[in-house]
Amino acid sequence: MTSTTARTIRVALVGNPNTGKSTLFNALAGLWQHVGNYPGVTIETKKGSFEFNGNHFEIIDLPGTYSLAPRSPDEMVAVEIILGQSDEEEPPDVILVIADASNLERNLYLTSQILEIGVPVVLALNMMDVAEQQGLRVDCDQLAQTLGVPVVPIQANKQKGLETLKAALADAVHATRPSPPAIFPELFEAEVASLQQATNGERPFMIRRLLVDGNDLEESRFRQRYGEDFIRAVHAARERLANNGSTLIGLEARSRYAWIRQVTSNCLHRPEVRPVTWTDRCDQIITHPLWGTLLFLAVMFVVFQSIFTWATPLMDLIDAGKEALSGWVATQLPPGPLTSLLRDGIIEGVGGVIIFLPQILILFAFIAVLEDSGYMARAAFLMDRLMARCGLSGKSFIPMLSSIACAVPGILATRVIENRRDRLATILVAPLMSCSARLPVYNLIIAAFLTQGHAWWVPGLTLFGMYLLGIIVAPMVAWALKGTLLRGETPTFIMEMPTYKWPSPRTVLRRVQDAGWEFLHRAGSIILATMIIIWALLYFPRTDPKGGYYDVRVVQLEAELAELAESETKDSEELKNKIDAKQNELNQVRGDWKRQSILGRMGHAVEPIVEPLGWDWRLGMATLASFPAREVIVGTLGIIYNVGDDVDEESSSLHESLRSATWEKAPQKKIFTIPVALSVMVFFALCCQCAATLAVIKRETNSWSWPVFTFVYMTALAYVGAFVTYHVGTWLLG
Amino acid sequence: MNALSLDKIPIGQRVCVDAIQGDDAIVSRLFEMGLLEGEIVEVIGIAPLGDPIQIRLRDYRLCLRKQEASRVLVSLVA
Repeated sequence: MTSTTARTIRVALVGNPNTGKSTLFNALAGLWQHVGNYPGVTIETKKGSFEFNGNHFEIIDLPGTYSLAPRSPDEMVAVEIILGQSDEEEPPDVILVIADASNLERNLYLTSQILEIGVPVVLALNMMDVAEQQGLRVDCDQLAQTLGVPVVPIQANKQKGLETLKAALADAVHATRPSPPAIFPELFEAEVASLQQATNGERPFMIRRLLVDGNDLEESRFRQRYGEDFIRAVHAARERLANNGSTLIGLEARSRYAWIRQVTSNCLHRPEVRPVTWTDRCDQIITHPLWGTLLFLAVMFVVFQSIFTWATPLMDLIDAGKEALSGWVATQLPPGPLTSLLRDGIIEGVGGVIIFLPQILILFAFIAVLEDSGYMARAAFLMDRLMARCGLSGKSFIPMLSSIACAVPGILATRVIENRRDRLATILVAPLMSCSARLPVYNLIIAAFLTQGHAWWVPGLTLFGMYLLGIIVAPMVAWALKGTLLRGETPTFIMEMPTYKWPSPRTVLRRVQDAGWEFLHRAGSIILATMIIIWALLYFPRTDPKGGYYDVRVVQLEAELAELAESETKDSEELKNKIDAKQNELNQVRGDWKRQSILGRMGHAVEPIVEPLGWDWRLGMATLASFPAREVIVGTLGIIYNVGDDVDEESSSLHESLRSATWEKAPQKKIFTIPVALSVMVFFALCCQCAATLAVIKRETNSWSWPVFTFVYMTALAYVGAFVTYHVGTWLLG
Repeated sequence: MNALSLDKIPIGQRVCVDAIQGDDAIVSRLFEMGLLEGEIVEVIGIAPLGDPIQIRLRDYRLCLRKQEASRVLVSLVA
């Protein structure tokens, strides 16, 4: 970039959904991309840059849309960026419109809106090959002449035509601005012109929008700038137009599509008979009532089976790495608060998050393939009727189902839902689906209380019931939300069914990489902070009543235990007893320490609250400690019921000590009865004990109020659910 | 002829759009998507549970629920 003529050319990329816009963006911007966020809204844009012929291009990828009529603050942000009125982005020098050549008429709708803005435009015609397969012939030169802008045929997935496109972008900056096409009736344009005179040089484009859309969003902006009189003039103009017979509803669409028919009449050639395409043949099976449904079930099964099975070796590897690192730290650093913070707080905390990464990467690879190939739209079509019952649409199905693996990717997957209320309702209920982190909790309780002495089908049925609970409650809550807090326009399902295509590996990799990075980066920082807090609450105070330090005692006992275990008379009965005694002492010290820690004292304080659920203070405290990440309860129960630190849900000593645990107030009375065990499971099934989920909700809704709402409603639901379970269970089982 | 709406059309039938009833966001959405008076569309699929339906419109396929389709008045085309 030494040349003095070199300059930065800012390009805004816009287009309809399903036109290959992200594929083109990835092909142009390459690896160096970053995400742009805007205050107060949930849209995000991607930005990248590339060099061509000594020019530096900065390209911004705006969300795919069918029209520039802004219906929400989110869409307004995109329109402002295109118009160069955004406070966050500099105005674009060129607008690159991508259109699907096989679906030219509808794609020209947005194009015609862009042409009115008055910024140089380059039209990239993608999927020329698909158009050819359908027998459609597009005369690009003729189209360029008619529209008055350069038209470049490309195949973004095969990287064809990109050099020509870049050259056209570089030339477009110097080209004369396109003269806006005459689309609207003269009467309408006269009103636009007279209104524009009353403004401070507003673009005719925005005046047209204001007149046609008549939504509060645009009116309030103009009211702020030009006062109430201006708005009254707008209303008067609307009335005059209506009296003249041109009703405003549909005026824009009718005018634009009439213009489009004119444009395409001499540059789009259709065959006499539409040939049967590959997509038609596939859909004979894929959307068939029987075969389509069976195929759908098979696809879902493969997705979930692979999330559980393929991820396990990777998860084990991460777990082993975490243990190894923690062990290495222990050998390198002297025992003390700092080492404990590093091991129990940071390595455990961050490791506990990273362990979900394989599942997220696998799920996102599937989502990217299913979406890019066009199958996702078919799944939404098949499932829409079911989802409609709870006020959602077919687009909510995949995110909800994904949440059975983990709510974090499930919530990220809601980005495919355009309707804001539907998307929000889906985000808020997704954490109710039983995720894989609940499985260790269910496994522990079922193995300890519902296996021995019960019929063979009891464990399986209980586990199934726990999953069913989420599957039943989530749609009910969604239905309730859509009827109250998120009440809005009638839910609709107007969706384009894209043609099938081979997923582009580049796009799939990109999606997987973005999802993984975002998860690690954003959710990881919150969970790290919470884990450090929980660690501190469990660590301090560390002085025992005799003035010694618990942590020093624990380290000393651990060392003695290790020494005993390594001594040569390994098999002698005497040694075994010694080891057991030492182990008991160690567990006793650990238990005492946790009991008088700040979290332990909090546990005592919450006992009156958890007693109606049939729980003692230790269960309350373990539950409290597992609010950042629910699977923590397995380890915490081990610590407080004096088993030791190294337990997992398979550990039979943990089962034994849970079964024999008694109330401190009444040593003859067992804590865990079957109603208590069930009430614990129901609580964990319904409660949002996952800092990562809450962090992702914050991130996706761009507000703290929704994660707080989710937390409060789910905790309340969990409490009520556990209360009812305990009391009904006690009443039934005596 | 007046009573015929898009939700009652069997698969494979081509129809001409006569009118779309209403003036809300759904109607302007359908307009934007190119479903206008005078367009010829073909019903090409109905989901297994009976709703939504899939139509061919201009050079693409559009899905919509029967509730929305019932507001699209059509007449049969050979």
